[in-house]
Amino acid sequence: MIEFQLDTASGVATYLQLVQQVRQALQLGILEPGDQLPTAQQVVAKLAINPNTVLKAYRDLEREGLVRPRPGQGTFIVRTLPRSDPAVQGRFLASMTAWLRKARAAGLGPDDIEAIYRTAVRNTFAEGAA
Amino acid sequence: MTAVIETNGLGKQYGRQWALRDCTLRVPEGKVVGLVGPNGAGKTTLLNLTAGLLAPTCGSITVLAGHPGDGPAQLEKVGFVAQDTPAYAGLSVAKHLLMGSYLNANWNQELARDRIDQLGLDPRQKAGSLSGGQRAQLALTMAIAKQPALLLLDEPVASLDPLARREFLQGLMEIVAKHEVSVVLSSHLIADLERVCDYLVLLVASHVQLAGEVTELLATHQRLSGARRDPRSLPSSHEVIEESHTDKQSTFLVRTDQPILDPAWTVKPVTLDELVLAYMGQARNPSPGRRPGLGVVS
Repeated sequence: MIEFQLDTASGVATYLQLVQQVRQALQLGILEPGDQLPTAQQVVAKLAINPNTVLKAYRDLEREGLVRPRPGQGTFIVRTLPRSDPAVQGRFLASMTAWLRKARAAGLGPDDIEAIYRTAVRNTFAEGAA
Repeated sequence: MTAVIETNGLGKQYGRQWALRDCTLRVPEGKVVGLVGPNGAGKTTLLNLTAGLLAPTCGSITVLAGHPGDGPAQLEKVGFVAQDTPAYAGLSVAKHLLMGSYLNANWNQELARDRIDQLGLDPRQKAGSLSGGQRAQLALTMAIAKQPALLLLDEPVASLDPLARREFLQGLMEIVAKHEVSVVLSSHLIADLERVCDYLVLLVASHVQLAGEVTELLATHQRLSGARRDPRSLPSSHEVIEESHTDKQSTFLVRTDQPILDPAWTVKPVTLDELVLAYMGQARNPSPGRRPGLGVVS
């Protein structure tokens, strides 16, 4: 069983923090298929958050196929997450570096680039969230 | 969505003073609703009218499809923890529960005893000698053991220290997870509300200034900052809630359901606290961004 923590200063929505902590525990191998997540009641009794927030997080994880609820028993891990592949990371690092060189050659400074990056992340992940 | 509370032009007058005037609102069922607003906005009056402790001077109010205070059946449906979580100082904890069992048809004595146990309260202790946090927990136990469909709490944590406040909200959330109960909770402590509430109603001078799902409110408001510009140059999909300007820079809090694409802005999410303050400010100064004399830079 894992215990959730809340970072109220992070600006990240509470349900998303719960989702991320489960994903992270899966990537680190702390959680494995068959493990049970704390019940909504246990989570709210510890964190003093709205039960719907926990249910929303668990529904998201279920939609991803990572957990499955067993009626009357709780929510269980059914699939694990692979650690991200170093080769894939390397490939994206290389293409990002090439892109950054082009941006610098075009006269963009680090702040411009960061603004572009933030906008692109926001737009890309807003598509996914909708 | 069904409403647990619905009011129309609701008003309450004391002598020549209006404590609540022309209040029209709708509170959806199955939520934990945070009721916020400046002092004197009418929150306590609204909660007292909802519980049936006050009768309206004008307008109408429907609570769980009935009229507040209209006979025992209606009273059974509503649990109320008044401001400062009052208890009978001379009665022991056990006597409180006994009284509850005599006065309420649906009283669940097992639930009440379990909760007192879990809290570690001594049933023989007089309520007058309980700490503020313990007394608040006793009041919450009384309100929930009658198994209401709607639980009203008027500033229940205002006078509690941070630890007691956290414990109270933990208990409240446990109750919400276990029982099917709608909750309306008034408070000035917005950071707490952001954790526990899924719906927010902001009342300013009896009027609903803002109402909605907390996640949706947070997702549709952004803080933009960048080079100074006239709010009229913003896209029409951006409703300006709050703005401030220096000679070089402009900062806006906008409501929009569109993604913000303009790379000239630094975009930051807002907290519920900032959102509530911005809307309170808007109530005081109803048309931001429409003032003349602002230098146009775009």
